[in-house]
Amino acid sequence: MSATLPVTLTVNGETLTRLVEPRETLADLLRRDLGLTGTHTGCEMGVCGACLVMLDGLPVHACLTFAVQAAGTEIATVEGLTESTVIADLQRAFHERNALQCGFCTPGMLIAAQGLLARLPLPSRAEIRDALSGNYCRCTGYEAIVDAIETVARRRAAGETAPAFAEEPA
Amino acid sequence: MKARAFDYARPASVAEALAAFAEADGDASYIAGGQSLVPALALRLQAPAWLIDIGHIAELRGIAVEAGWLRLGALTRHVDAHDHPLIAAHAPLLALAAPHVAHPAIRNRGTLGGSVALADPASEFPAMMLAMGAEMEIAGPEGIRRVPADAFFLDLYQTALEPGELLVALHIPVARPEHRCAFDEIARRRGDYALAGCGIILAMSGGVVEEARIALLSVGPTPLRAHAAEAALTGAALDADAIRHAQAALMDDLDPPDAPEVPAAMRCHLARVLLGRLLAQIAEAA
Ligand SMILES: Cc1cc2nc3c(=O)[nH]c(=O)nc-3n(C[C@H](O)[C@H](O)[C@H](O)COP(=O)(O)OP(=O)(O)OC[C@H]3O[C@@H](n4cnc5c(N)ncnc54)[C@H](O)[C@@H]3O)c2cc1C
Ligand code: FES
Ligand code: FES
Repeated sequence: MSATLPVTLTVNGETLTRLVEPRETLADLLRRDLGLTGTHTGCEMGVCGACLVMLDGLPVHACLTFAVQAAGTEIATVEGLTESTVIADLQRAFHERNALQCGFCTPGMLIAAQGLLARLPLPSRAEIRDALSGNYCRCTGYEAIVDAIETVARRRAAGETAPAFAEEPA
Repeated sequence: MKARAFDYARPASVAEALAAFAEADGDASYIAGGQSLVPALALRLQAPAWLIDIGHIAELRGIAVEAGWLRLGALTRHVDAHDHPLIAAHAPLLALAAPHVAHPAIRNRGTLGGSVALADPASEFPAMMLAMGAEMEIAGPEGIRRVPADAFFLDLYQTALEPGELLVALHIPVARPEHRCAFDEIARRRGDYALAGCGIILAMSGGVVEEARIALLSVGPTPLRAHAAEAALTGAALDADAIRHAQAALMDDLDPPDAPEVPAAMRCHLARVLLGRLLAQIAEAA
């Protein structure tokens, strides 16, 4: 039995310390210890992309990082990015275009899209598809996801400030 | 899909890392970006007692040009191969190959050192080390040594690294003005491991090939130098005839495995097509 180790990291702006087993992945820490279940786990081997989080500002797989390796880093999950509204326009466009059905892939898609647009503000459709090559969606057929990301790229380039994601009227 | 329990060490220097490996009696794995190792642990293909995290060792970092060589610390990430201006200027072949390696999120964490140490024959960077004539800087209990790429990749997943040795840096001769390079691969989907891939560096002088370096991936147990194709090109004017000769010579370089889903003849065909395309691309741009 290996010893547990204290890990200090910043998650969605809050610096915290947890005792973890070395074999615990960052995805396990987020989901089980912190209750942040917006980070989904599908394959747990780097193939499906459902577990993407921002680590020091770049998308990485939470299933391919042990929590101990993430000591000292800044993590943003889909919950944090939602709260800070930086992906509100992406969420709105996904909603408008029906770019999700079951929603399992959506957190990973949003984070991959946010990472892409930070690097390449006006990607072509081919570049969008390429950037999503590691994100599986078993429902939508991808077309609507590519549409939504393309729409947001154009809106951002035109300087449109993102209207916040509209709640369904009760 | 969970790794077996292990203990974790985070050395701050190469010396500490080597000592940690020795203390673990060899029942340890170094972890860099973890993009190949974590899946292997999750699938329990490997279950070391210790994981030694080399991700925080300053000596393994850095991208710099020194006396005609580009030094890439082993922790240089795939995304740097994609984006870093010194790599674009001095090792353009790496920059051409980088977008074909895995997916963006994996490129944000995967390291060049990890890719080269693992030496997957389907990986892009190990083959590019051969094409570029890189040298691997290795640290072990006896000190530091440098091994040229041609002597580094020994067999399937086997390199000149002895157990416990660390890859410290990749040294790449800086590209010269007369160099022309090209890379492409054929994969079923972008980001998938390629069915065949090829990287080329030609030293050109007035339309004539003075020196050729050609390396292939996914055509055998190791990345492969295409010596016969290189010889066919050397001294030739890069025209349609020379390209055909090089393609014919390439068949002497190849002996790919025969698998039901990818027969040997198919890999030979793909490699031949790639070589032809890339040479034509260089000829056209000249
Ligand atoms: C879904 C998926 C798709 C992928 N597709 C591709 C692809 O198309 N092409 C491709 O090339 N790769 C691909 N990869 C692998 C990826 O590129 C890995 O990042 C890379 O092969 C290993 O680098 P790493 O830093 O993550 O190494 P790690 O996973 O940390 O280590 C890999 C191995 O190298 C050893 N090691 C690492 N660094 C050193 C060092 N400095 N000295 C000595 N030993 C060391 C480790 O002990 C381990 O055995 C893919 C991975 C995934 C999960
Ligand atoms: S759960 Fe991480 S990629 Fe599938
Ligand atoms: S919406 Fe169901 S997997 Fe993408």
